[in-house]
Amino acid sequence: MQIARVIGDVVATRKDENLVGLKLLIVQPLTPDRQPAGRPLVAVDAVGAGVGEHVFFVRGKEASFPFYPAAEPPVDAGIVGIIDHWDLG
Amino acid sequence: MQIARVVGTVVATQKHRKFEGAKLLLVQPLNVDDTPRGTALLAVDGVGAGVNEKVLVVLEGRAAGEALGKKAAPVDAAIIGIIDTVTIHE
Repeated sequence: MQIARVIGDVVATRKDENLVGLKLLIVQPLTPDRQPAGRPLVAVDAVGAGVGEHVFFVRGKEASFPFYPAAEPPVDAGIVGIIDHWDLG
Repeated sequence: MQIARVVGTVVATQKHRKFEGAKLLLVQPLNVDDTPRGTALLAVDGVGAGVNEKVLVVLEGRAAGEALGKKAAPVDAAIIGIIDTVTIHE
């Protein structure tokens, strides 16, 4: 998993039927000291995250697991937690 | 997932049987400001996308196979949505 900040959203009316009803957000991965780490990507939201929030996301097919068994969306990145805060020892 | 633009179509007569009936498109990944990023790649189309459309591409094998509706398909990228809007809130 990786820390990221939600910086935007994507709207797609025509899409895979297993994506219907799911929220697609643009996340910017961050280093632990809050600097951008690499390029933004699109992630499916499993926890009700919103723009501006710090989140953690999972990469891979596992991003679809929160939606089992009702749906098996074809996704490769998913937000699975909203971070309240993090601290570096 | 990645934002990309469809830049071409691909025809291949001889191919693995799991590709039968599948549409192959060339997609160019984009940055959030719409500039191209990296090299264009091949993706199977699960939603009926066309050239010039902005699309959402999944870059993961099993998910791409699922979008194609086939188990154990030898694919690693699929178009799963046609993008209406991308909004960056900053």
